[in-house]
Amino acid sequence: MRLDIIKRSFILTGIFISFFFIVSSIAPAGTIDLFTSEKGDIKISGGTAHIPVMKDAAKQIMEHNRDIRISIAGGGSGVGIKQVGEGLVDIGNSGRKPTDDEIQKYGLKLFQWAIDGVGVIVNPQNPVKALSKTQLSEIFAGKTTVWKALGGPDKLINVYTRDNSSGTREVFWEKALDKGEITDKANVVVSNGAMKTAVANDPYGIGYVSVGHMDNSTAPVILDGAEPTIDNVKNGSYKIARGLFSNTKGEPKGLVKKFIDFLFSPEGQQIAAKNGFIPVK
Amino acid sequence: MKRECFAETGFLGAAVLSASLTALILIFMLFLGFPLFRGGCFFTLLTTPWNPDKGLFGIYPMLAGTLSIVFLSLCWAFPLSLGASALISVIAPTGFAKFCKKTVQMLTGIPTVIYGFVGVFLLVPFIREMFASGSGMSILSASLMLSMVISPTMILIFTDTFESIPASYSAAADALGASPVQKLLYVILPYSRQGIFAGLILSVGRAMGDTLIALMLAGNAVAVPGSILDSARTLTAHIALVIAADFDSIEFKTIFAAGLVLYVFTTSLILLVRIIGGMGMKNR
Repeated sequence: MRLDIIKRSFILTGIFISFFFIVSSIAPAGTIDLFTSEKGDIKISGGTAHIPVMKDAAKQIMEHNRDIRISIAGGGSGVGIKQVGEGLVDIGNSGRKPTDDEIQKYGLKLFQWAIDGVGVIVNPQNPVKALSKTQLSEIFAGKTTVWKALGGPDKLINVYTRDNSSGTREVFWEKALDKGEITDKANVVVSNGAMKTAVANDPYGIGYVSVGHMDNSTAPVILDGAEPTIDNVKNGSYKIARGLFSNTKGEPKGLVKKFIDFLFSPEGQQIAAKNGFIPVK
Repeated sequence: MKRECFAETGFLGAAVLSASLTALILIFMLFLGFPLFRGGCFFTLLTTPWNPDKGLFGIYPMLAGTLSIVFLSLCWAFPLSLGASALISVIAPTGFAKFCKKTVQMLTGIPTVIYGFVGVFLLVPFIREMFASGSGMSILSASLMLSMVISPTMILIFTDTFESIPASYSAAADALGASPVQKLLYVILPYSRQGIFAGLILSVGRAMGDTLIALMLAGNAVAVPGSILDSARTLTAHIALVIAADFDSIEFKTIFAAGLVLYVFTTSLILLVRIIGGMGMKNR
């Protein structure tokens, strides 16, 4: 949390400072060398959860070779699939697997380069370690407000959530809450790390983090009988997870192929892991 | 002579540069916030709640959060600073006063994030257990910690003002047989009105502009706070939270509204307090 917060404040000041100074850095050698003699544009749109990874990857590539321009737009998974299908962009990101219809209609090639699992956490002192989805929805909607109702202590439930730009929030909201309401009284924290610190320090708190972020400082909550672990996410028994896809129309070629290859390279996978996703390799 | 001329241009340049930067930032924000004005929804934003899932992008809860946290932190910090500086410059014996002043000077150098840590790990659990209402991340926690951040500056400014009263005033009070407390109340405080205002202005600006304390301690909930134990979000924290959203989204555009409000608010507050301060000077 400390680092995250410091980082964020640096980013903030950095944005303003960078209007005046151009910061350059030396990119590390590796798969990135593939881009050395390339030239051209890559247009990317779609899933907003992918944006941090795309931005980091694009930054590394563009710093390595200034002749390459990579533009990244959001819009959501649906937009990403539609735009790549209609040839408006080179890569359309989606936080869900495109439907068979879409794959056939547009001739999409799917590249799943990471898995994103999201688990509910509580303080280790909290005796409530298992919840049903209905109970969870009621907690986050602000309808269940005391732990006593769930077999815990006679204390108010402190709900923690993430800011709206969070990919973790999106998955959680869609798959765990079925797009149900999140109370506006919920405390908002800025990162997976901050969420962990908040719940680790609050005996009556409940929140959710990317499965990769879980450790002993907080206790995972078994949801409808499935424990949120990386293994359970991988074998599919824990459902609040999804693949992060980058889709292309037909087999990718040239620069676009190199970009996709970069996502699967050790550097690319490291970027995915750094942003809180489970790398596929 | 030549050197003087050189220095003069140099200082003029520095002054013009820093003054124009302030103006440029305003222009920059107006420019990027322009779509909001054109849409006519700028003022709607100021009065509506924030719920992007339902298409609501208002910043009213953040306005309320900012104002309550700033106001409350001034309520703690102002009397504290006034008392501390009275102690340092008038009441305490020289040695102790010096020690206090050195300590305060040291406090001004502590980075905000340190206060943030202390708040998260000590103050927030304390408030949570003490009041048994909510998570402890609240307006109260943030304002208490924020008052710690703004007090040292305020104390130093007050002390400097108190110590700058003309020696003849002080000597006259002494000659009339005034006790130190009487001297403080009837000579120093009335004379220092301007300095106290200046300290207050700077503190309000600092409190309003502080991001980390509120981000770490206030809880950042988007509901309009109903009590000081409720979680709240400030405009600065809101900007920090939303800036990660993608650049094309409406969320991202609304943070320029938040930035503008902060800018206009601080500026007009400073102007207002300046005017009041100026009137005070004339009346005396």
